[in-house]
Amino acid sequence: MKAAVIQFPGSNCDTDCHAALLTFPGVEAEIVWHKESSLSGYDAIVLPGGFSYGDYLRCGSIARFSPIMAAVREAADAGVLVLGICNGFQILCEAGLLPGTLLRNNGLLFRCEHRHLRLENTETPFTSVLHKGQVLDLPIAHGEGNYFAEPATLKQIEENGQVLLRYSDGAGNVTPEANPNGSLGNIAGICSHGRNVFGLMPHPERVCDTLLGGMDGRGIFQSMIEWSQANKKNN
Amino acid sequence: MANPAITPELIAKHGLSTEEYEKVLSILGREPSFEELGVFSVMWSEHCSYKNSRPELRKFPTTGPSVLVKAGEENAGVIDIGDGWAVAFKIESHNHPSAVEPFQGAATGVGGIIRDIFTMGARPVFLMDSLRFGSIEGDSEQAKTNRRLFAGVVAGIAHYGNCIGLPTVAGEVYFDESYSGNPLVNAFCLGILRHEQIARGAAEGIGNPVFYVGAETGRDGLAGAAFASRELTEESKADRPAVQVGDPFREKLLLEACLELLATDAVAGIQDMGAAGLTCSTCETASRGGTGVEIDIQLVPQRAKGQTPYEVLLSESQERMLVIVKKGREDVVKRIFEKWDLPYAEIGKVTDDGMMRVRNGSDVVVNVPARSLADDGPLYSREAAPFTPPAPLDLSSVPQADPTTALPKLLSHPSIASKRWVWRQYDHMVRTGTAVLPGSDAAVFIVREANKILAAATDCNAIYCKLDPTVGARIAVAECARNLACSGAVPIGVTDNLNFGNPHKPENFYQLRAAVEGISEGCRAFGVPVTGGNVSLYNESPAGAIDPTPTISMVGTIADAAHITTQSFKEAGDQIYLIGETGSELGASHYLLAIHGRKEGAPPALDFEKEKAIHAALLGVIRKGIVRSAHDCSEGGLAVAIAESTFGTGFGAMIDLGVTNDRPDVVLFNETQGRIVISVKAADAATLEKELATSDVPFRKIGEVTSKAELSIKTGSNSYNWSVASLNDTFEGTIPSLMES
Amino acid sequence: MPKPAILDPAGVATGRAMEHLGLKGVRSVRIGKSIEIEVDGATEQQLHEIAHDLLSNPVVEDYKLQILS
Repeated sequence: MKAAVIQFPGSNCDTDCHAALLTFPGVEAEIVWHKESSLSGYDAIVLPGGFSYGDYLRCGSIARFSPIMAAVREAADAGVLVLGICNGFQILCEAGLLPGTLLRNNGLLFRCEHRHLRLENTETPFTSVLHKGQVLDLPIAHGEGNYFAEPATLKQIEENGQVLLRYSDGAGNVTPEANPNGSLGNIAGICSHGRNVFGLMPHPERVCDTLLGGMDGRGIFQSMIEWSQANKKNN
Repeated sequence: MANPAITPELIAKHGLSTEEYEKVLSILGREPSFEELGVFSVMWSEHCSYKNSRPELRKFPTTGPSVLVKAGEENAGVIDIGDGWAVAFKIESHNHPSAVEPFQGAATGVGGIIRDIFTMGARPVFLMDSLRFGSIEGDSEQAKTNRRLFAGVVAGIAHYGNCIGLPTVAGEVYFDESYSGNPLVNAFCLGILRHEQIARGAAEGIGNPVFYVGAETGRDGLAGAAFASRELTEESKADRPAVQVGDPFREKLLLEACLELLATDAVAGIQDMGAAGLTCSTCETASRGGTGVEIDIQLVPQRAKGQTPYEVLLSESQERMLVIVKKGREDVVKRIFEKWDLPYAEIGKVTDDGMMRVRNGSDVVVNVPARSLADDGPLYSREAAPFTPPAPLDLSSVPQADPTTALPKLLSHPSIASKRWVWRQYDHMVRTGTAVLPGSDAAVFIVREANKILAAATDCNAIYCKLDPTVGARIAVAECARNLACSGAVPIGVTDNLNFGNPHKPENFYQLRAAVEGISEGCRAFGVPVTGGNVSLYNESPAGAIDPTPTISMVGTIADAAHITTQSFKEAGDQIYLIGETGSELGASHYLLAIHGRKEGAPPALDFEKEKAIHAALLGVIRKGIVRSAHDCSEGGLAVAIAESTFGTGFGAMIDLGVTNDRPDVVLFNETQGRIVISVKAADAATLEKELATSDVPFRKIGEVTSKAELSIKTGSNSYNWSVASLNDTFEGTIPSLMES
Repeated sequence: MPKPAILDPAGVATGRAMEHLGLKGVRSVRIGKSIEIEVDGATEQQLHEIAHDLLSNPVVEDYKLQILS
């Protein structure tokens, strides 16, 4: 799998994503500056976490106009895998590549801690190696992770199986206590209707190493690698 | 607008004494211009020149085989960590601005220390902070203010650190009446670099162009003296001195751009603009280079209209750097700074006449020998009051508190209670290197690109320092070293932040002198150099000075990831040992403060040789792979340390401290130094005992980890029991409930 | 609104973004807050006090109070 990690002014988790990807055998990963205009040749595009443009005005609101976003949109339309992590998720929502928006945490404070997430749908390129109902331990670190969508949109996302991750307790129960930021339906990550665009607030790249908090992030990347290998064979 | 005339009032408003002004006259051989007066006043202020403390600071041990850049040479010291890699680190304060505007004061403090690190050519990789506030308990106006300051400071650090993408991995927060009105915000940053990447802040190369890069200059942080001479009309209200606002996004761009620039060979020297902004960076680079620097104010990027040269020179606008570029390589600056969308301008050149010369177009407004400004400031040896060591605590005057209620009460003292409310607001995982999260004795960070494991801790028990500053300072160093040992690390360097009151008062100056001596003894004992640091004086209000607070931050290295050790018990059945004495010193303890409301007695004794032996013994058994947890005893003594080791684990502990003549409260809560609680698998107990026996340190088995979440401690014929869940709730719930009410 | 002399990082970043989106000649962008209050029986003085003590940070912000009815 050849992955592009987009670097916006203010991206912070670009090198973390890049390093995490390179721990998988056979994966090539490159950091791509936001002023580039082409993403041809990449099987996967990652929009990493951070504070693009300082999160000023609204998170992701300025980055969505970066020159590279035209290529990201083109790639998404063509079925290339697009993964938006934290700020990346916020940028995808601002750009309209995913529905809804991320609002300020209802507790009003930035929150960095490990959370439990329940896997809702394994029939996507991002979750295929995992099991439905599986509980993952992934860290969050955000001040604006409170997912919101208009009722009609929310209904559609839920009915279409576009919710991939929900905040839960360790046993997989989706409860208000397990919700760290007020997200509707405890939603932590959703995918596009076409399934090839996935945005999530937790940071899988931070849990790809036992020394650094665990391995539960590897499943998402592993699923992407297997999907892109399968697709290469089909081409 | 014409400059005001130089009058005695104006000189006094600038904070220069008559003698200091005489010195200015003799250096210049004439009267200074208004701009020159401003420049001298700011460079010779305590804040920039350390005129009241430099003679004392010379006592620090600053050399050693691993020191690549010494304290005082550059913006931060640099220590070798092997294989061609090095670390640059330093701690700095932003106390007074945080009292005025806590969010921005703390944010800009973080911004400033980060710049000090990347100006050395190092990539910053983590932050720590040491914070002190007045009491946050109760409903008095002062308590409400203290809560507001605490919340604002933490939010400001979070805002800046999170946005720029640096994890805040460790720290300390203390609450004590002496800090009411004088909060302390000490921010630490560490960066990593290859030896050949060390960048210096010297204006080298006659004729080299001098560039200004970074945010535009505004009226940020201008001294009150600037406005002494201006009539305050409604129009000038808009021109009033502005609180410095940090822009972490701009600094992230600046950091990346500077590191990219330094990777080319186009840079001859680089210096950040911190305190005294453009003035300081200009004269210091010239002084270090033995050269002169000439700049033109009109070329400086400005964000406000109509700024005078005086204002531009003294502005403390953030996120700016001065770069001496090799002649002919100016295009490199242009390319990189345009990529990162940052302002930049060629504002001058390096000369050979040793002068700091500032033009305003064709007028010369400052023409001063750079060295006189930067290095030849006044130095004062203040008077130190004679000191009588405190009498040891008279135990008979201390009623015996029942440990059953005393332990939860101690755990609910905000200085001891969990600081999760604080560090949950910091992204402590970004850069994917944090191997030990906040909440343990020391932070452990793995620098991926260098394949090196670093540990860091910051400590200062100001009660000890108040009662006996020399001993308190020694203990601050020893405690840091102990915390590093508990994480499996060996110390490599120290940075200090000296926070004291008005140095003109002999009792305060004694504290400064004694603390420096104590720190020096500690550093020599542990074989670690002081790499640099910060002095913050005048931390006092009408109510009095703060308790002397010489904050120590210590960095260490861990040879193997297998040695990384944390403080929590790991498994039921593990055997618990105490390395060190049971102890009995209750003087200056938090037990005495929290339960009996007293700050008195002599602080516990510190024996460096004993302490070193204990750390070495611990590291020996950690390296054997048998230590499952290690936690040192500090505030609250043994009972608190054991309780903390059970929190978050689901386990309890059954402890028997054996026969004793000491009172239970003495046994459980004394703060005798050199004590560490460790746990090992039952199967490894024999090996542990054999190893520790050969190392000749006192130790004994005190109990075992239990699956039942209850803490029980037996001392003499007394037995005490607590529910771990209940203690944990108290520990975790204290600060959130105080702050969310 | 942030006081005139105070740096407004959000405003600066937004202004530069506007330029990149083709709006040349942006001279300044400053971002503040709009707070709408419905209250019974408050005097203008009380509103000014609340605005000064609670709603704004007088160290770094100015406020303007508009009474609509």
